[in-house]
Amino acid sequence: MADVSSDPGRWRDVDKLLARPGNIVGQDFEPSPTLREDIGEIARVLVVGAGGLGCELLKDLALSGFKNIDVIDMDTIEVSNLNRQFLFRLQDVGKSKAEVAAERVMKRISGVNITPHFCRIEDKDIDFYNDFNIIVLGLDSIDARSYINSVACSFLEYDTDDKPLPETIKPIVDGGTEGFKGHARVILPGRTPCFECNIWLFPPQVKFPLCTLAETPRTAAHCIEYAHLIKWGEVHHGKDFDADDPEQMQWVYSQALKRAELFGITGVTYSLTQGVVKNIIPAIASTNAIISAACALETLKIVSGCSKTLCNYFTYNGTEGTHIKVTDFVRDTDCLVCGPGTLVELDTSTTLLQFIRLVGEHPNIRLSKASVTCRGKNLYMQSPPVLEEMTRSNLQLPVFELIGKVAKDVIHVSGTSEKNDKKTSCLRKLRVVFKGVADGITSMDTTDGS
Amino acid sequence: MIKLFKLKDQKRQDAANSSGNAPVKKQSAGELRLHKDISELNLPKSTIISFPNGKDDLMNFEISIRPDEGYYQGGRFVFTFQVSPSYPHEPPKVKCKTKVYHPNIDLEGNVCLNILREDWKPVLNINTVIYGLILLFMQPNDEDPLNHDAAAVLRDNPRLFETNVRRAMAGGYVGDVHFPRCI
Ligand SMILES: [Zn+2]
Repeated sequence: MADVSSDPGRWRDVDKLLARPGNIVGQDFEPSPTLREDIGEIARVLVVGAGGLGCELLKDLALSGFKNIDVIDMDTIEVSNLNRQFLFRLQDVGKSKAEVAAERVMKRISGVNITPHFCRIEDKDIDFYNDFNIIVLGLDSIDARSYINSVACSFLEYDTDDKPLPETIKPIVDGGTEGFKGHARVILPGRTPCFECNIWLFPPQVKFPLCTLAETPRTAAHCIEYAHLIKWGEVHHGKDFDADDPEQMQWVYSQALKRAELFGITGVTYSLTQGVVKNIIPAIASTNAIISAACALETLKIVSGCSKTLCNYFTYNGTEGTHIKVTDFVRDTDCLVCGPGTLVELDTSTTLLQFIRLVGEHPNIRLSKASVTCRGKNLYMQSPPVLEEMTRSNLQLPVFELIGKVAKDVIHVSGTSEKNDKKTSCLRKLRVVFKGVADGITSMDTTDGS
Repeated sequence: MIKLFKLKDQKRQDAANSSGNAPVKKQSAGELRLHKDISELNLPKSTIISFPNGKDDLMNFEISIRPDEGYYQGGRFVFTFQVSPSYPHEPPKVKCKTKVYHPNIDLEGNVCLNILREDWKPVLNINTVIYGLILLFMQPNDEDPLNHDAAAVLRDNPRLFETNVRRAMAGGYVGDVHFPRCI
C-alpha cells in the first residue's frame, strides 16, 4: 500500500473545516490553521471494538487528523469476518483484531499512532479510561456499552448547584448496526442522556420458551437453541458451553441438524447456528461505513467545536427505502448512573446508623429503612436476614472509615419513600461530602457516577 | 472541547506527580437495581436465600425452597441465580441444583418458567421470580413440559405421578433415572 499522507494536499479539506469561522459552529470553536495539528497532538481517543465498526472507525478517525488512538478488543480474527472487516486478510485469521487493525492503519496513514489492547474491557482499571479525552464505541453488546457508559459517567462531577463540571465530562460516541439499520449517538454525561437513561431503546433479546424448544420446535432457530441450551447439558454434565470453541459449535450444529430432521424442519446451517448461539446480528459493510462515518464526524466536531454536534441520537434505516432520523432524547434527571444525586454533608465521625437516620429525615431524601451500598460494597442490608446479620456490625462504624477515608464519594441507598400516604420503594444516589476533609488532587477520579 | 483537554492534560500530569489513586471498583446499573431487589425481598419462611461469595456479591446467589403443600411437600429444592450486569434488561439465569422429578424442570436443572424467558419484563424482580418458582411446586403443569415423561404421567395418571414424586424425593429410581434424596 502506498503511503499518501506525506502529500500536503491530504489535509486540505479537514483544514478548511478547522481553520474557518462559521455560523453553526460549537460554542467554544476557535478556528485556527494549526487546530488540526493541535488535535493530533492533544486529543487521545479510545476506540472500543475492532470489528466491523471498529475497522471503519480507526480508518475514519486517522483520516480526520487524530493521531493518538488506542483500540481495545478481546476477539481474534475469524474467516467469517473477512467480508467486511476490511483491515484483515486470510493470513491474519486467529490473530488479535486490535493488534492487526492498529498495525494496518499505521502502515497506511503515517504519523498516526495506534496502541492496541488485546483484552477484555473489564481487564483495564478505571484510570486507563480516564486517560482518554473521548471514547468511541463500535460494539454489539448491551453489557459492554453499559459498562463503558458507567465507567465514563464515573468521572463526572457536579458542583453544589448540581451543574456538571465541564472538565469532568467524558464524551462517548456510540455506534451500532444491525443489518440495514444503524444508530450513532453522542453522550455527554451530565448534559445529554447516558446509555442507562434510555436503555429501553434496546429491545431485549428474543428468548424462546424452553418447553417450546423441548417439545414443539417450529423453526431452525428452535432446533439450534434446543441443541445449545438443553442437549448440551444433557450430554456434557456440568461443562459450560464455550461459544468460541469451533469444535463445540460444530457439535451444537450437528445436534441441531438431527433435531431439525426429526421434526421435518429445514434451514439449519453452521452459520445460522453461530448466529443464534452467539446472538450475532447480520452485518453489512456499507451500514458499518455509514454509521462509522457519522461517529467519526461527531468525534471531530466534539473535539474541535467546528460544528454543532448531533443532538443526540441518529438512526439510519435502509430496510425499506432509506429513512434517516435524529431524535433529541431527554435525560433522566434521576438516573443512577449520570444524574447528580443528592448532596449530603457528613462529619467524619457520623456512624452508618446515624447516616441511615439522616437519610430518613433529610427533606430531599426521606427514605426509611435504607440499605446502603458503595462501590460494590454492601455497607448495610435491611433484608434478607442473612445479609442483615453480616452487615450489622458496620452500623456503629463511621461512614468515613467504611468507604476508605476519601473526601467525597457516591453512595447508593434503597429503601421506602412515603409520599401522600403512598409507599414506594426506591433507589437513590447520594453525593456524600465530609466536612473538614481536604479535597485532594485525586478527587477528580474518585467520584463514582454509577 | 480541545481547550478543556489541554487543561485536563495539565491536571493529569499534576496528579501523576502526586500520590497514586486507590483502585476503584465499578458498580453497574444492574448491580444497583439488584441491591434494591435483594434489600426488599419478602420471602416465605420456608424459603432460604444464601450468598456463596459473601455479602458483596449479590449477582450470584442460591435460594432453597421447601414447599409446604402439594406433591412436593417436605422436599428441599435449591436454585442458583446468576444475574447479569444488564439486569433487569435481561432476566436472571436460574437453574435447579437439586435433581427433581418435575414436568417443568428437566434432569439438567433447566426450568420452564415463562417469566424467566419469553415473558420477562424489567418491572419484574427477584421476588416475582422466586414466587414463580414456588408456584411451580404447588402447581406443576403438564402443558409446558421439559421432562416429557413426568408431564405425561401427571396428565394421564396423577396418582402414579404422586407416587413417583415421593419415590424420587426419598432418594430412589423413577424408571431408570435415579434421584438423590431431598427430604
Ligand atoms: Zn443516565
